Amino acid sequence: MNTAIAVSGLTKRFGSKTVVDRLTMTVPAGQIVGFLGPNGSGKTTTLRMLCGLLTPDAGNGTCLDLDIRCQAAEIKRQIGYMTQKFSFYEDLSIAENLDFVARVHGLPDRRNLVMVTLDRLGLSERRTQLAGELSGGWKQRLALAACILHRPRLLLLDEPTAGVDPKARRAFWENIHDLAADGMTVLVSTHYMDEAERCHAIAYIAYGQLLAQGTVQDVIASAGLTTFTVRTTGDNHHTLNTLTTALRKAPGVDLVAAFGAALHVGGADRSALLAAIAPWRTDPALIWQDDQPTLEDVFIHLMARSQDQYAAPTGNRP
Amino acid sequence: MTADGFSLPRLWAMIVKEFIQMRRDRLTFAMMVGIPLMQLVLFGFAINSDPKHLPTAVVDADHSPEGRTLIAAMQASRYFAITAAPETDTEADRLLATGAVQFLVRIPAGFSQQLRRGDRPALLVEADATDPAATSGAVATLTVLARDALIPDLTGPLASLAPKPPPFDLRVHRRYNPETSTQYNIVPGLMGVVLTMTMVMMTALAVTRERERGTLETLLVMPLHPAEVMLGKIIPYIAVGYIQVAIILLAARWVFAVPLAGGLGLLTGASILFIATNLAIGYTFSTIARNQMQAMQMGFFYFLPSILLSGFMFPFRGMPGWAQVVGECLPLTHFLRIIRGVMLKGNGLADSAVELGILGLTLLLTTAVALRRYRRTLD
Repeated sequence: MNTAIAVSGLTKRFGSKTVVDRLTMTVPAGQIVGFLGPNGSGKTTTLRMLCGLLTPDAGNGTCLDLDIRCQAAEIKRQIGYMTQKFSFYEDLSIAENLDFVARVHGLPDRRNLVMVTLDRLGLSERRTQLAGELSGGWKQRLALAACILHRPRLLLLDEPTAGVDPKARRAFWENIHDLAADGMTVLVSTHYMDEAERCHAIAYIAYGQLLAQGTVQDVIASAGLTTFTVRTTGDNHHTLNTLTTALRKAPGVDLVAAFGAALHVGGADRSALLAAIAPWRTDPALIWQDDQPTLEDVFIHLMARSQDQYAAPTGNRP
Repeated sequence: MTADGFSLPRLWAMIVKEFIQMRRDRLTFAMMVGIPLMQLVLFGFAINSDPKHLPTAVVDADHSPEGRTLIAAMQASRYFAITAAPETDTEADRLLATGAVQFLVRIPAGFSQQLRRGDRPALLVEADATDPAATSGAVATLTVLARDALIPDLTGPLASLAPKPPPFDLRVHRRYNPETSTQYNIVPGLMGVVLTMTMVMMTALAVTRERERGTLETLLVMPLHPAEVMLGKIIPYIAVGYIQVAIILLAARWVFAVPLAGGLGLLTGASILFIATNLAIGYTFSTIARNQMQAMQMGFFYFLPSILLSGFMFPFRGMPGWAQVVGECLPLTHFLRIIRGVMLKGNGLADSAVELGILGLTLLLTTAVALRRYRRTLD
């Protein structure tokens, strides 16, 4: 098995709103794939369709070579799904939660397994603490532990690090990489660029449609974005502010974003961008530097582009 | 849905989880013991459909020995307690109007004289019949009282006035409850009422609570069969329901002295069947309701007709036809017949078979509905 997930034309509507629109995506086995996109872009809905929590309105596909439409029960045994909101029992202790999951999955040597898992996650001392009393970081650890207790082959994580401090986030990602090294496939949705860069590959979804897919380098390259970084000589902040205002209206400039004291200016059409910035390049107070776009530049660009298409009533969709 | 049969270990996982949660939820647990106790006190002690010692005012304009004998006989019946002796009719009327007394007895002047002459004088008893149930028992005794009270006085020349015995001897046996104690009727009925109230509510909240707390997602994404979830939620509460049954039975025996004429085995079996039926109904509600609030409201909508139309509060045969039809559809109606039959009449399995069958059928039907309603997805 080389692909863990292969879906095509996946569509889900809630009432008149199409939340996921003809999504086609493959996730190779053994990889960590980042699932990115703005709020409300259909990430959670897609994950729920993959694990059988929602029935797609159209489209089909396989998860671990099992049909997502008619083999949902079988899929459920082999995947771990960590929900965005903590969804284990807050009135059960850490150990009781794990115990419950282990029992449901009918795991052999349950007591020992729970003990080992607690140890590995550093939760042993808190085993009798109620899950509801835990802080965000600990809850997240517990949820992950519960999701991987039955050694799933595929792990679906829905914004697992939202509201978790950087240290816990780092530890969490180390955990994920260890799991992937053991052969687990991971599909993780996130809003954080640094997390996206920790993935083997990323998939970008907006307004229910997949806009880009591949390694970080691929996605950046395929965006075809030309970017410049602009700095000021000395302390001319207002020059930069004037530039920002002017460039935002200029044709050919798709992206203007401040990064500390510098400005990222980018556009899909290189010649149009060059024409737009030409009058400013001679300004002695500004230092222009041809630069690689960052992942964030690319995403903001993609988001803006899809938003335009979405807003246009007769816009032809890619 | 292939290769996804029912599994006992998974059911056990649900049961263990539910028991732990129940133990943690102190308020619910206290409620489950508190409600039967509260209802026992309220209904068992407070409700009496055959009240005695009702306040009575006597306007005696005659002051004769016969009048006094009658008054004494009324008091001896224990239904009447003479609390006032107003001088005038207006004052007497006011006492009745304000509710200070329930009965007004007027012995007219010359009562004794007319009686001795054989003129059959009128003795007027006015009752405050705003609440018929409160007066009916007392009024019924008056007839007997009027016939028999004066017999000891009607001797010698007055012997001809003594009532003649009827040509036949009428005997009434109040079977199963010779003293017509309301508690005999109420306390066994309470068992059904308490179980209806708490059991339906407990499971009505079961699935909606999981949905509101977000834990339903976890349950759905795990390989759990709908029947495992349902039974896992029902079985722990059967134990709780039986604790309630035990509390009420102990109180019935030792506090209210209600007899247990029938077998304890049949009683236990019928109670468990009834508990399970209520739990299944509650569970069905929870698969329909969107949130806990709705589930609670559905519980109340179910509880109200149950308590009013089942024959717990009012005589079943006194209800109009349509109400009896509704009543027949309620499990409580059938359980009340079983439980009163077993406890008071000493009914056996054969006597209760039909009612047990109806309960069993209801259980199967609601289970089928609940399992059909339970969604395996979040759609």
